[in-house]
Amino acid sequence: MDEAESLVRDAATRIFQDLGDPQTLNNAADDAWRAPLWSALEEAGLTTAWVSDELGGAGAGIGSGFAVLRVAGEFAVPLPLAETLLAGWLLEQGGIVMPGGAMTVAPTRRADKISLVDGKLSGTVRAVSFATKVDHIAVLADDHVALVSAADCLCRDGLNLAGEPLNSVDLSGVTPLQIATLQNGVDAKALNMMGAAARAMQMAGALQTVLEIAVQYAEERVAFGRPIGKFQAVQQNLARLGEEAAAAIAIANSTAHSIETLESWADDGVYLDVASAKIRVGEAAGQGSAIGHQTFGAIGFTKEHILHRFVQRLWSWRDDFDNEAVWAAELGRRVAAKGGEGLWHGLTAA
Amino acid sequence: MSVAIQFDPIRLPPEAEALRAEVRQFLKEEITAGTFDPNGGSRDNPEFSRKVGERGWIGITWPKEYGGQGRSFLERYVINEEFLVARAPTRKHFTADRQSGPVLIKYASEAIKQDILPRIIRGEVSFCIGMSEPDSGSDLFAAKTKAERTDGGWLINGRKLWTSRAHEADYMIGLFRTSAPTHDNRRHGLSQFLVDMKTPGITCRPVLHPNGNYEFNEVTFDDALLPLDNLLGEADMAWKQATSELAYERSGSERFLETIQVLMELVDVIGENPDVREAEGLGRLVAQLHTLRRMSISVAGMLHAGKEPVLEASVVKDLGTVWEQALPSVARDLAAFVDSDPGNRIRFEEVLARNITIAPKLTIQGGTTEILRGIVARGLGLR
Ligand SMILES: Cc1cc2nc3c(=O)[nH]c(=O)nc-3n(C[C@H](O)[C@H](O)[C@H](O)COP(=O)(O)OP(=O)(O)OC[C@H]3O[C@@H](n4cnc5c(N)ncnc54)[C@H](O)[C@@H]3O)c2cc1C
Repeated sequence: MDEAESLVRDAATRIFQDLGDPQTLNNAADDAWRAPLWSALEEAGLTTAWVSDELGGAGAGIGSGFAVLRVAGEFAVPLPLAETLLAGWLLEQGGIVMPGGAMTVAPTRRADKISLVDGKLSGTVRAVSFATKVDHIAVLADDHVALVSAADCLCRDGLNLAGEPLNSVDLSGVTPLQIATLQNGVDAKALNMMGAAARAMQMAGALQTVLEIAVQYAEERVAFGRPIGKFQAVQQNLARLGEEAAAAIAIANSTAHSIETLESWADDGVYLDVASAKIRVGEAAGQGSAIGHQTFGAIGFTKEHILHRFVQRLWSWRDDFDNEAVWAAELGRRVAAKGGEGLWHGLTAA
Repeated sequence: MSVAIQFDPIRLPPEAEALRAEVRQFLKEEITAGTFDPNGGSRDNPEFSRKVGERGWIGITWPKEYGGQGRSFLERYVINEEFLVARAPTRKHFTADRQSGPVLIKYASEAIKQDILPRIIRGEVSFCIGMSEPDSGSDLFAAKTKAERTDGGWLINGRKLWTSRAHEADYMIGLFRTSAPTHDNRRHGLSQFLVDMKTPGITCRPVLHPNGNYEFNEVTFDDALLPLDNLLGEADMAWKQATSELAYERSGSERFLETIQVLMELVDVIGENPDVREAEGLGRLVAQLHTLRRMSISVAGMLHAGKEPVLEASVVKDLGTVWEQALPSVARDLAAFVDSDPGNRIRFEEVLARNITIAPKLTIQGGTTEILRGIVARGLGLR
């Protein structure tokens, strides 16, 4: 992590500790925490890390943006921060100025497609996070990026496993506020990859916290006259959780690094990193969540405990921007096309 | 607050990638010349080891004064993984290159270093590891084989077990008891020694693997006398010396590439048009492998930076060996409905059979799954 990234990391950590503490949010009777937390993030420039100064952003860079997302995952932040970062990044690829406020992106799944005909959009997309809670949607339509007012779209209500909006969005007939041609070789595939990498980083952060709180609990909770962390069965479970978290963090960081330094979105090595991250971190999310729950016993299976804030997001995030199975099938097809020797050459070239 | 285990994103530098091209060219030439057959034959091939030595690829990270190149761990990493994937017969020099040489560099007398290191580098001598005993496996500190100091040298008596390649090795780095454990440190009292396997009083008895392979031995020491100079490092303090050796031993790509041929053959047997089940299965395997490789390169980078990433190495070995152990059975499942050309299929079945039969050892040798997870749990502060 370079100096800029650790500064951003520290800034984000402070804000979440002060205004987005998971236990405080879990106890909160209403949404009063939401506005102050969001404005603190905006004021610190964390919502626009991936947008250059010229277009109204903080110009913090790709690596710093990913560092913010890792911290956001560590706190299971229930706001459209990743979505706003991604939307800003997409608008930047067409040179569109950030409108300010919360945003999200569409499409998120490779199976969904939006077209632009005579200045109007057409198509319905599924699995758009926070569509009903944001002001704008950055839409990728053919080789264009369009800024759309969320109020102009028909959003069907829906929630992810953590109770956050996850909507189908019908864009048919919508006239965008602005349209620009995409640059830098960014296309629907690149958006899907960027979203997958962002989710992988959030999941890596969340897994780290699941590990930390589980280890801490194992040191404190006493059964049969000893802290449960003294039992070898519990130690072996937590070691597995530690390894899953380590694998997740390693591949998510590696992917962020690849994207930060990429020369082309068509590069096979970048694809391998992103695909591996979404698949491997998704697997770690499943296994890690299970061990987390097992460690906490009944108290972890309550609304009052914070564990669910992490686990439910892990479960949901692994589905966003296509889940492990979808990524794996695509990666597998690519590998098969190149044969056994090609596989090794592909791995070592990444 | 952080208990996370850190793997920095490290990429192999250009000089390592340049070396990769050279290594691939070399392997291609040697296969063409018939020096070795990637699909069979002995893993032990003195001619091959000598040729690798000629290239300067054994002990490549070692100091120049002993014939090494002083090059980086990341370059060694590349040589190692290319040799593994090509199933090159490195057995003769592998252990010496990976861990025995570095132990000698750190703890042996100057005379021993001058004598042995250049011969390792030339691919002429081979090492084995004498740690386990009948009553001391995971619990290394229960070792009983004794080294007694006499006027003429160290007198060794006892038995080592599971010693891989002892029967072909020129030297052993042995772990022997030089004094009793102390009340507050049961790890105290063991010392590391250099053993010339031709020393009178040493005998090897074969112990066969279930498939009949002769790899490991029972090694008996009956009044074997070692020169005083052969004590490595400090007497009774082996427990302190072993840590860096473990990081070398546990993090390399041999901890996840041992059965890799199965994956290559699987890809070929599935062919260019996999169905969705095959494609998904393949994709998961590749994602898991790529992640392991990134982690292992990260550890090589830490070793290069002079750190002792014992915890990270244990993570790589546990995740890696569990993965490579499962690979043959996953591949067996994925290939179940493939109806492809019989040539491929036959080779796949052969490779599969070989790897299914060796798979159980992968999570035992060099520290069992349970022991590794114990180390990780300690790293998390639980022990
Ligand atoms: C193919 C092969 C090659 C080998 N080559 C060498 C070699 O060259 N040199 C050498 O010195 N040794 C070698 N070994 C030996 C190897 O290091 C030991 O087998 C290993 O350390 C385990 O010891 P053990 O077999 O005595 O099993 P044990 O230690 O008896 O363990 C048996 C089972 O009990 C578990 N267990 C033991 N202690 C604990 C604990 N505290 N907590 C939880 N579970 C525990 C183990 O995980 C294992 O599942 C080799 C082994 C194999 C299989």
